[in-house]
Amino acid sequence: MTFTPVLGLLAVLLLAPALPGIANRVKSALTGRRGAPMLQLYADLGKSWRKGVVYSPTTTILFRLGPVVLVCTALLAAGLVPLDGTTSPIRFTGDLVAFAGLLALGRFMLVLAALDTGSSFEGMGASREVTFAVFAEPALFLCFTVFVVATGDLRLQDMLGQPLAHTWLATAPSLLLGAASLFIVSLAETNRVPIDDPLTHLELTMVHEVMVLDHSGPDLALILYASALKMALFGSLVVRVFVAGAMVSAPMALGLLLIGLVVYAMAVGVVESVMARLRMNHVPQLLVAASATAGFGLILLLR
Amino acid sequence: MQPSHDVLLLLVVLTNFWVLGTTRLSSMIRAAAMQGLLLAALPIALYPHASLHIVGLAIGTLLVKAIVLPHFLTRAIREAAVRREIEPLIGFTASLILGAAAVALAFAIAPRLELPGTPSGMLIPVALSTVIIGLLVLTTRNKALTQVVGYLILENGIYVFGLSQAERVPFLVEVGVLLDVFAGVFIMGIVVFHINREFDSLDSARLTELRD
Amino acid sequence: MLLLTLILLPAATGAVAWLSPSARWRPRLLLGIAAIHVAGTASLWWTQDRSAPEGWLGVDALGLVVLTVVSLVFLAVSLYSLRFLEHAKVQGARVFISCLLAFLSAATLVALAHHFALVWIGMEATTLALAPLVFFRRDRRSLEAVWKYLVLSSVGIALALFGTFFLAAAQVEGRPLILGDLVQNAATLRPGLLRAAFVFLLVGYGTKMGLAPLHSWKPDTYGEAPSPVAALMAGALTSCAFLGLARTVEVMAAAHQAAFIRPPLFALGIASLVLSAGFMIGQTDLKRLLAYSSVEHMGILAIALGIGGAGAYGAALHLLNNGLIKGSIFLAVGNVVLLSGTSEASATRGVLRRAPLTGILLIAGLFAVTGSPPFGLFVSEFTILGAAFHAGLTWLAIVMLLLLAIVFVGMARLILGVVYGTPEAGAGPVAEPFPLVAGPLVLGGLVLILGLYIPPVLQDTLARAAGALGGGTP
Repeated sequence: MTFTPVLGLLAVLLLAPALPGIANRVKSALTGRRGAPMLQLYADLGKSWRKGVVYSPTTTILFRLGPVVLVCTALLAAGLVPLDGTTSPIRFTGDLVAFAGLLALGRFMLVLAALDTGSSFEGMGASREVTFAVFAEPALFLCFTVFVVATGDLRLQDMLGQPLAHTWLATAPSLLLGAASLFIVSLAETNRVPIDDPLTHLELTMVHEVMVLDHSGPDLALILYASALKMALFGSLVVRVFVAGAMVSAPMALGLLLIGLVVYAMAVGVVESVMARLRMNHVPQLLVAASATAGFGLILLLR
Repeated sequence: MQPSHDVLLLLVVLTNFWVLGTTRLSSMIRAAAMQGLLLAALPIALYPHASLHIVGLAIGTLLVKAIVLPHFLTRAIREAAVRREIEPLIGFTASLILGAAAVALAFAIAPRLELPGTPSGMLIPVALSTVIIGLLVLTTRNKALTQVVGYLILENGIYVFGLSQAERVPFLVEVGVLLDVFAGVFIMGIVVFHINREFDSLDSARLTELRD
Repeated sequence: MLLLTLILLPAATGAVAWLSPSARWRPRLLLGIAAIHVAGTASLWWTQDRSAPEGWLGVDALGLVVLTVVSLVFLAVSLYSLRFLEHAKVQGARVFISCLLAFLSAATLVALAHHFALVWIGMEATTLALAPLVFFRRDRRSLEAVWKYLVLSSVGIALALFGTFFLAAAQVEGRPLILGDLVQNAATLRPGLLRAAFVFLLVGYGTKMGLAPLHSWKPDTYGEAPSPVAALMAGALTSCAFLGLARTVEVMAAAHQAAFIRPPLFALGIASLVLSAGFMIGQTDLKRLLAYSSVEHMGILAIALGIGGAGAYGAALHLLNNGLIKGSIFLAVGNVVLLSGTSEASATRGVLRRAPLTGILLIAGLFAVTGSPPFGLFVSEFTILGAAFHAGLTWLAIVMLLLLAIVFVGMARLILGVVYGTPEAGAGPVAEPFPLVAGPLVLGGLVLILGLYIPPVLQDTLARAAGALGGGTP
């Protein structure tokens, strides 16, 4: 079915804001609270979109560009992932590098916007975010390498699509190690516990939240949406590793992916409620451990 | 589906990473206990025609490495005021990277060692990497208890290597080795307890009075 | 049957000594078991089985020599302990006696084992048996010493186990890890794995021997352990560790790998000589001085193993001499420590006047340990040097002579300073009860006799030991 890739993309784009809501709801339930409604983020996005925007006189065009580029790159990256398990809307050889590069570009622009404000809080958040990204990127690439070696292909569509399904049984341990590593990377990229606590209100303990402190109105809406979309993208990467084992048709695979995303969000919620945030200087350790795990999965494939 | 012994060996490597990366002493002991549990299941997974020797070895390993020794080590440090490892000689991040490199190295050189046929292709590399990681923990860490855990991991690695030579090394010998490990760690635990009492710290860098 | 008795009786007695509540007869029990052990060893000399040993346990020439050293030194130490424990005012000394007996059991196992795994188990057991004894005084320094001892020895022994498994992997025919089968089928052993096994076993047993650079635990441990324990370690434990290495060399020699093992053995041996000579100059503690002397002699043994040929005979003879004299001199130093309360040489003067027998023992021990005639070590070191010249290794012989000279100067300075001179005011003569001097005198006397005359039965045994190690009589 040729419309399933586009359908999948639209579905994920629409569903993305629900994921943080599900995670927060699970976390609240596990800690004995009622928690915010699951679709709260939609309401927040609508509210922010309708509000007016305030720009500090110290900022330049970079500050206005940051959120826009962030969302555009996230949307483009979403097009690279085979959400229905067979094809992705955009595909070319080596698009895994483009995937990582696009997300990195978005982060880079957001960091520039943060530095543009000239405020020390944003600068602190930006430096922390980039430091963690430095450790998360190798882990991400090691995971991708595991998939590349497992399937022998260099396109995300093939790495996470049908060819993966064919080799799934033979390479299961490495794939699972890669998926575990990817899960930790997704926690880092979406700034959730144990790397960053989205619920903290103390600026000195924030990483991502403080970086976007100065944005307001539609800009803030774009940033919130991009965050949710990143969570959906990394979540779909993790879920694809598991779902690929089931050799099903495209619509079924899409359905499984959406269900898997909900499960992923719930898993994030569980992790958030079980663990505390790590000390800042221990976060690189965790990410290096994720790299080592993925590296070990790679070694198992290469022997 | 992967054979069960390969999965067990995989998990052994993951517990090694766990020990390399953690800073809490109690977490380290838990990792060692988990490794003991995996090692107890390994002989049965490798030689399913469960003879009395194999079952005895598995039970013995379970008792010693997964239950008695971790419990004993936990008690040995229960009076310790500081329960965390301070930054080791080469840093935690570097330790993890070195550990991963050790695993890669072990997998690379194991086929070239031309060791005679073993039940699983992963036994020798995992054994070698565990030995290297055990030595790494033993030599680069500051706390006496971490050094004991490093020794335990070193012995675990040698135990796995011994399992690959099982037809040549009678199980009686493996039991003897197990007993020796038990006694060794037991005595070390006692000494750690005394170190903690005497120096009010588990920092082995304090043990520098004797020198020429 | 006798062999099993020799191994198990001390262990059983140790368990009994541990469990029994009464204190008074424990030291006498120790002495009794030691005497029985010596008697058993003597009977083995009488009823020597000339055939190659079969199976897991057996008596061969080299094992018999080591067993003799262990037995005699242990007897001297147990006699010494009768008085030592009184002086040290230790209540009951339960741990002391039980651990000593456990050590005897383990050392006997090492000497009589012909299965490499049994050798390993015995060595590990000796390590563990002596650990509580090193910690005897329970103060900060001995805590540090026992920690270093435990960690380094355990790592060494673990690597030796690794080497043992490699050896098992290298074997193709015959029963696994049985010495006799290994030697017999040596031509079929896989060379790569065999060499790897040798390296690990050298590092492992070398650590237990105290070869440099694996020796760093020795000075601390010998310095902090009570003198009888140090005597046992220097005399008996090092001999057992050497036996482990020697068994490996037997297999390597049979497999025509003698050229491969030379460089590592020489390297470690020369490093031991250099390091011990260097650290002996300017040493201030008597027991640490003797620890470095032990390192030095282990270096000589390693070099002798590497030379092969007549050097192997020299190694076997040196093993015997060194074990006995170390026992003697450590016990003599123990008397000095009992005298002045410390092993610091500056605290004691004029021992010859205060305790004449001890003083004589120290002087004789000094000359013996540094290889002066007429003592036995001169003969063994001369044999080894001769073998070096014979094998075209003149440079090695010259280096050894030079370092031995430095060692003599270093040791003489310290020991003669302790023995001669006028005692401090108020320090009068002390009694030298029989248990404290009899053992060292006998051991020293044996070394003196061996320097003048080697009985034929001993010569024959040493020659057979050397033959197994890939050598011959000089």
